[in-house]
Amino acid sequence: MSALLSRLAASAFAALASSAALAAGPALDSAEKQSLNVPAIAMFLIFVGMTLGITYWAARRSHSAAAFYTAGGGITGFQNGMAIAGDYMSAATLLGLTAMVYGQGVDGYIYMIAFFVGWPIILFLMAERLRNLGRFTFADITSYRLDQSKVRTMAAVSSLIVVCFYLIAQMVGAGQLIKLLFGLDYVVALFVVGALMMVYVTFGGMIATTWVQIIKAGMLLFGGTVVMLLAMSQFDFSYPNLIEKATSVHKLGFKLMAPGSLLADPVTAVSLGVGLMFGTAGLPHILMRFFTVSDAKAARKSVLYASGFIAYFFNVIFLMGLTAIIIVGQDPQFFEGGQIGGKILGGGNMVAMHLAKAVGGNLLFGFLAAVAFATILAVVSGLALAGASAISHDLYYRVIKKGNATEQQELRVSKLSSIALGVVAIGLGILFEKMNVAFMVGLAFGIAASANFPVLILSMYWKGLTTRGAVVGGYIGLISAVLFVLFSKSVWVTVLGFEKALFPWDQPALFSMPLAFLVTIVVSKLDSSARAKAEIEAFEDQYVRAQTGVGAASAASH
Amino acid sequence: MSPSIYSQIRQNPKFQELVAKRGRLAWTLSITVLVLFYGLVLIVAFKPALIGERVAQGSTLTVGVAAGLFMFVFFWLLTAFYVRKANSEFDAMTRDIIDATKEPRK
Repeated sequence: MSALLSRLAASAFAALASSAALAAGPALDSAEKQSLNVPAIAMFLIFVGMTLGITYWAARRSHSAAAFYTAGGGITGFQNGMAIAGDYMSAATLLGLTAMVYGQGVDGYIYMIAFFVGWPIILFLMAERLRNLGRFTFADITSYRLDQSKVRTMAAVSSLIVVCFYLIAQMVGAGQLIKLLFGLDYVVALFVVGALMMVYVTFGGMIATTWVQIIKAGMLLFGGTVVMLLAMSQFDFSYPNLIEKATSVHKLGFKLMAPGSLLADPVTAVSLGVGLMFGTAGLPHILMRFFTVSDAKAARKSVLYASGFIAYFFNVIFLMGLTAIIIVGQDPQFFEGGQIGGKILGGGNMVAMHLAKAVGGNLLFGFLAAVAFATILAVVSGLALAGASAISHDLYYRVIKKGNATEQQELRVSKLSSIALGVVAIGLGILFEKMNVAFMVGLAFGIAASANFPVLILSMYWKGLTTRGAVVGGYIGLISAVLFVLFSKSVWVTVLGFEKALFPWDQPALFSMPLAFLVTIVVSKLDSSARAKAEIEAFEDQYVRAQTGVGAASAASH
Repeated sequence: MSPSIYSQIRQNPKFQELVAKRGRLAWTLSITVLVLFYGLVLIVAFKPALIGERVAQGSTLTVGVAAGLFMFVFFWLLTAFYVRKANSEFDAMTRDIIDATKEPRK
């Protein structure tokens, strides 16, 4: 292993040296960008080498179900905070939000606030109860005192749908990005991502996934900070100076600092706020991270660190986007045909990459490209693990086998599921190559906010929740969120080519989430079965455990 | 974990005190976050021009950016405050409550 690493390091250094020489020469023209990007690939290989080493180490510790799903509860608060930040900030965050600030100014900042505010709420209302009640999946909590089979099936179905939509967005983005950054073929790129993801998850389980996310978060924070500082140095680190220049050259002028087309209609603005905030609190791969720490104390600390990193990085991205308006937006080398104000080379998402190149040359560009690739890997690994645990722990172990399977059988199913999800992810990536998948992440958040979040929060807070209410409300939330998005302009018109959207807004959460709450509550109230009475009575004991952690799974044993 | 421990804890007045105290703090903080954030969202939705206004004449700082930065910092400080309080005071109370169940019964 170490021999391999040192060889990798040696070749990487050689590549770095040659790229530094290149950067000193004249600027590369656009055609070369499509060719193999040597420094980026070298840095990416270092990342892959490190993470495979960790996977090898983790594989020997992943023989139990607890180790596979939750790293045996042995992750510290700080590590988990880093991993959450790594899991939460995808390549879309880095590239998409930088591009949004570059194009729309303060709209991007408002998006980022909406992406952030879910975290304090998760801490205040959910973190310790999640840790005290859950063990491997969030369905452990929703089904705690309800019918295991029905509630877990519902939770697993909506988790898998969320995971699949999120995976599509990540895989299509990954393929296109890697094609651009590394000069690799789209399909080859998908196979690289899918194969690495399968290796991390299947062999290393949660331990390897966590470390991939931690390393990636470190790289992302470091790379973003360096780009931001170098870019800000061109404005003497003065925000007023930056704003003066940015608003004077941007086509929006000072309107850059006012909400624009993205948030033009009030319903969309509010619905987006609802979806992003509560969607965060219903994403299966994020919720799962709370089971990797030893107790409620560490769970709280995780959120403290994670929200700190996320808040910090969003502000870095805001500055990156603003500085790019001048540094990238006024430089002909970044536009097709050298036409300032025309089409950006490689598309709008490349703004952050161009900025890295402009301020730090090919070396920094390569580093940020490697970060983007690492980011995709970390996020898809977390997604695959969450999907695999929904299949193996919820569906196989609890629903099909009713708890009568050995740990080895369950582990085998989860490993097979990870491989299956890897294959599905590659397939979906190929299938959706030509489509605009921007709405997929919004849809994933919308479903998480509508199907997962209402049942989860009610199961922890509302005594009156019954199986019937949870199942009907959960499915209604799921179906309504999917239908609203299907009938919205971004799918019905843009993707399917119909003339007029049947649902006038692009964001479903403002409607589907309250609907799910309402149906869950009404159906629970109407449920007067003996089973419902027993479920309501069981709340008292659940409540004590949620509050004190007495009887909480010590995750170390199955 | 036997159910009797749960009912024993439930009857402990300290448990009720813990739940009330922590619940009050958690909900106060949550409502603070929700009100401020949705206040901003409503301004974006219904008075968008205000977001782009300068906080003072000639200033490059605008209302939206100032409010956003304030939220990032303030909300993070709230999480730090809650974690500090929960990890010291509330956890100590929880420990006392659990220890009380372990005392030898007469």
